[in-house]
Amino acid sequence: MARFRTWVSIAVAGALGASLAGCSSTGGKRAEDARKAASAQGGGAVSTPRWTVAMITHSGDGDTFWDIVQNGAQQAADKDNIKFLYSHDDEGQQQAQLVDAAVDKGVDGIVVTLAKPDAMKSAVARAVKAGIPVITVNSGSEKSKEFRALTHVGQDETIAGEAVGDELNRRGRKKTVCVLHEQGNVGHEQRCAGVKKTFDGTVQNLYVEGTDMSAVQSSVGAKLQADPSVDAVVTLGAPYADTAVKAREDAGSKAEIDTFDLNAKVAASLKDGTLGFAVDQQPYLQGYEAVDLLWLYRYNADTLGGGRPVLTGPQIITRDQAAELKSYADRGTR
Amino acid sequence: MTSTIPTADERLLRTSPLRRLLGRPELGSVVGALAVFLFFALVADGFVRTAGLSTVLYAASTIGIMAVPVALLMIGGEFDLSAGVMVTSSALISSMFSYRMTANVWVGVGVSLLVTLAIGFFNGFMLTRTELPSFIITLGTFLMLTGMNLGFTKLISGTVSTKSIADMEGFASAKALFASVLTVGGVDFKVTILWWLGLVALASWILLRTRVGNWIFAVGGGKEAARAVGVPVAATKIGLYMGVSFAAWIAGQHLLFSFDAVQSGEGVGKELTYIIAAVIGGCLITGGYGSAVGSAVGALIFGMTDKGIVFAEWNPDWFKFFLGAMLLLATLLNAWVRKRAEATA
Repeated sequence: MARFRTWVSIAVAGALGASLAGCSSTGGKRAEDARKAASAQGGGAVSTPRWTVAMITHSGDGDTFWDIVQNGAQQAADKDNIKFLYSHDDEGQQQAQLVDAAVDKGVDGIVVTLAKPDAMKSAVARAVKAGIPVITVNSGSEKSKEFRALTHVGQDETIAGEAVGDELNRRGRKKTVCVLHEQGNVGHEQRCAGVKKTFDGTVQNLYVEGTDMSAVQSSVGAKLQADPSVDAVVTLGAPYADTAVKAREDAGSKAEIDTFDLNAKVAASLKDGTLGFAVDQQPYLQGYEAVDLLWLYRYNADTLGGGRPVLTGPQIITRDQAAELKSYADRGTR
Repeated sequence: MTSTIPTADERLLRTSPLRRLLGRPELGSVVGALAVFLFFALVADGFVRTAGLSTVLYAASTIGIMAVPVALLMIGGEFDLSAGVMVTSSALISSMFSYRMTANVWVGVGVSLLVTLAIGFFNGFMLTRTELPSFIITLGTFLMLTGMNLGFTKLISGTVSTKSIADMEGFASAKALFASVLTVGGVDFKVTILWWLGLVALASWILLRTRVGNWIFAVGGGKEAARAVGVPVAATKIGLYMGVSFAAWIAGQHLLFSFDAVQSGEGVGKELTYIIAAVIGGCLITGGYGSAVGSAVGALIFGMTDKGIVFAEWNPDWFKFFLGAMLLLATLLNAWVRKRAEATA
């Protein structure tokens, strides 16, 4: 019985220790907030009032690409003495409601993605009507002007796809599989259509379940096994490139893996030749420029682009540039 | 607890209003909703402003419209995992039918109602015929609908979203019905809030004032016992599934007419949101207990949490965590309130 009590007290102590460890993670968040506050207090390089900018994207939970966009936006916000709010939802209706919430709050500027332009139309119109300047980023360049946004900052997906098609031609590829990891994303369809447009060989679209990496791997692997003549695989997001490499190993295929977008892993794989090339749209720049342009507009009524989108890509990255970019990718800005 | 033996039948005893209130399934969730509201009113700037409240109500209504029939279905002892994508299917059908046939938009809306009801009938019919758990049947429907949404849209439109039908005949009147904005005292309220309240009222009346309502409670409480006393079990369950598909049609038309075009990949995962709203509102997973008003309160809690986190400017990454915690707390509160109510009854 006494021994049992000892065990119980050890277990309780252990549980307490674990819960304290749990608390320290909250401390980490608090510390991070403090850091942010400190950087915002001491980091302002301008003497304008403290404006608030809300960024609302169509990203799902935990997306590396959007982390980089956020980093850029946060950096510009710190510099411009701006309070930066970020929210996201991958359902159009929910994203529109988030824009509504930002308008209700009466923010000084809104950055929004138009991956689902029809869903965002009325919410953006409401923001414009309320006199809040809106900048669109990343997707929806063709709708940005119609919605009366100041500027669109991003990459034209079709042009980026065409650049990939050209690069594949240069590398003498004949048969490409374009891996779409988000069913229902118009931008992704445009990318693959762009590849199809300029590529001399054949392009096949392969839809995969992007939220489930093992499913992505098995789908790509099955495709490569079923058709050994495939000599190039193009993934539409950096995390999927690595998965496609694993699938290639499983299938014993010789196909070259290329990808849209960049992360630390992709930079490393480019460096050691596992991947052929990446086409980058510089997400950091999209976040940074959007916030900075809102500041410029409020401060000086400046707009950029002359009514045309400000393009942040495509930038083809091969082995030669990868070494330099790796250190930037490691710190989460490329 | 008194030791006197009641002389009359206990079911005919007059109970005090307070005691009756304590016995309501939604009481726990109402307490929870008040707590959530007060919390966000204190910590979130802009949450209690009328514009903010209208955004919260709209968010709640888009969930609530579906949570009502889902709650009824759960009271009837079944699940519907296809409810989320069915909303998208319904919107896609009316949009693409109108577009392809170059028909008046109302024709598409009508066809969509018929097809969506047929999907609901299919769910109910398969369930009662095969005797398989509803979890399996509707999981199958969910996957089939997800595939069909994308497959048909690509086949018909050539892309993953439908073409805009905003310039077609009948669009304006349909938009007025499903997606108009009512301005009350300078604040915009979406018409879905009215649809939602209407559905709650209708469902409450069915549950509490009609024979069908008794059947719903009976089939959820015990299928065999219900059958033995002459309740049409199969018809009731099929009806419940068709109720879900009817609401999915309303929600789907709203989606279409507020945005002119529909994304084919949406709606996945929403079914759990509806189930959560019903459970927070006091529905039991095992069936036979719950209320329509409770589902509305559950949807309101969901909407308040969802938008409150945004108004409070918290890190949105934690949203799901809070939602999970809310669900647990609300359900625990429900159980506790019910236990207290039963102990004092």
